[in-house]
Amino acid sequence: MAKDKDEVLAGLAEIVNEIAGIPAEDVELDKSFTDDLDVDSLSMVEVVVAAEERFDVKIPDDEVKNLKTVGDAVDYILTNAAA
Amino acid sequence: MSKPQIRPATGAQFSRILGVGGYRPVRVIPNAEVLEWIDSSDEWIRTRSGIAERRWAGPEETVAEMSVQAAGKAIAQAGIAPDQIGGVIVATVSHLKQTPAIATEIAERLGCGTAPAFDISAACAGFGYGLGLADGMIRSGSAEYVLVIGVERLSDLTDQSDRSTAFIFGDGAGAAIVGPSDTPGIGKVIWGSDGSQKDVISQTQAWDTAFAKADAVNGVGDETKWPALRMEGQSVFRWAVWEMAKVAQQALDAAGITADQLGAFIPHQANMRITDAMIKALKLPDSVPVARDISETGNTSAASIPLAMERMLESGEARSGDLALIIGFGAGLVYAAAVVTLP
Repeated sequence: MAKDKDEVLAGLAEIVNEIAGIPAEDVELDKSFTDDLDVDSLSMVEVVVAAEERFDVKIPDDEVKNLKTVGDAVDYILTNAAA
Repeated sequence: MSKPQIRPATGAQFSRILGVGGYRPVRVIPNAEVLEWIDSSDEWIRTRSGIAERRWAGPEETVAEMSVQAAGKAIAQAGIAPDQIGGVIVATVSHLKQTPAIATEIAERLGCGTAPAFDISAACAGFGYGLGLADGMIRSGSAEYVLVIGVERLSDLTDQSDRSTAFIFGDGAGAAIVGPSDTPGIGKVIWGSDGSQKDVISQTQAWDTAFAKADAVNGVGDETKWPALRMEGQSVFRWAVWEMAKVAQQALDAAGITADQLGAFIPHQANMRITDAMIKALKLPDSVPVARDISETGNTSAASIPLAMERMLESGEARSGDLALIIGFGAGLVYAAAVVTLP
């Protein structure tokens, strides 16, 4: 079953909240992880690993640097998650 | 005539750590001093690494000198004479004179007679590698007591202009005497390597190219540039936390010990964030004291585990006879984990 965008965003928001303590409602598609949400590079790795587990997707180290905004991450997950 | 048979060597049934000692250089480098070299802040350094200060060795605090000081304390705690030591293993990546091994000078200065003495290069896993070798030597009968030293002068390989690494490294030495025991004191050492990730932590260049090439890797123009340590923080973090948590669990399983039975968790002091994330990944109970020596010592590579072990025993956070889970991981990549009984 294909995941839908709102579902992935909500899941990601929960992860970001748990790891970086950022209110889930602030985690919006156009927000930058580092500039807007203050997620540092190491917390970003924690977010990525948690997202891999939750969405059954592989996010290699080389990809992580391309995930600038929450929307980038949601799109990557939607495109690459196991159906 | 019957075929001659070689008499087998026989060793002790078990081994354990009998004494541990450390040497911390005199000079303290607080974050404020690091901020004279890099554009950063005390808060940034603390939140990214947990480091408040580190020790840097002076000219007299050589690799050999720091090792001899640390080893002297370990030998005293073990209550043996130096000439009973049947092997000296020195783990280091920052003894800059390759030949001869620094271990022979250290053995000679300590009075270890003709004990075999050699250096190993296993970066931040060096102490665990040494412990594994020592355990094997004692149980196979090649030595009764083995001195394992982890020692670094990483300040010599620190690029003070690199804001991602300048604040991390420190200097120091930690030593342990391993000897025979009536009960198992060192669990199976889970060790390994992953050369496919050889570049994520490494020296910027080899010594030959550093001296031969004008525009060396991080140099400009015709300047000869001294090699330094570099790492890819995010890749190292991911591997160090989630892959190493699995290795730590294997060490627990191999020893038949559960996390709640531990009296201490002593990971290599790489970065406080790695330690914190590893605790979560391992689901370590809150009741287990965790080594956090990095805040005052920085990352001292091979020296960090014995230094942290000594501090926990001295402060009373951990007690002699308690079980400790140790895990080292670093450049190579290489790793080594084991459950040990604290001396």
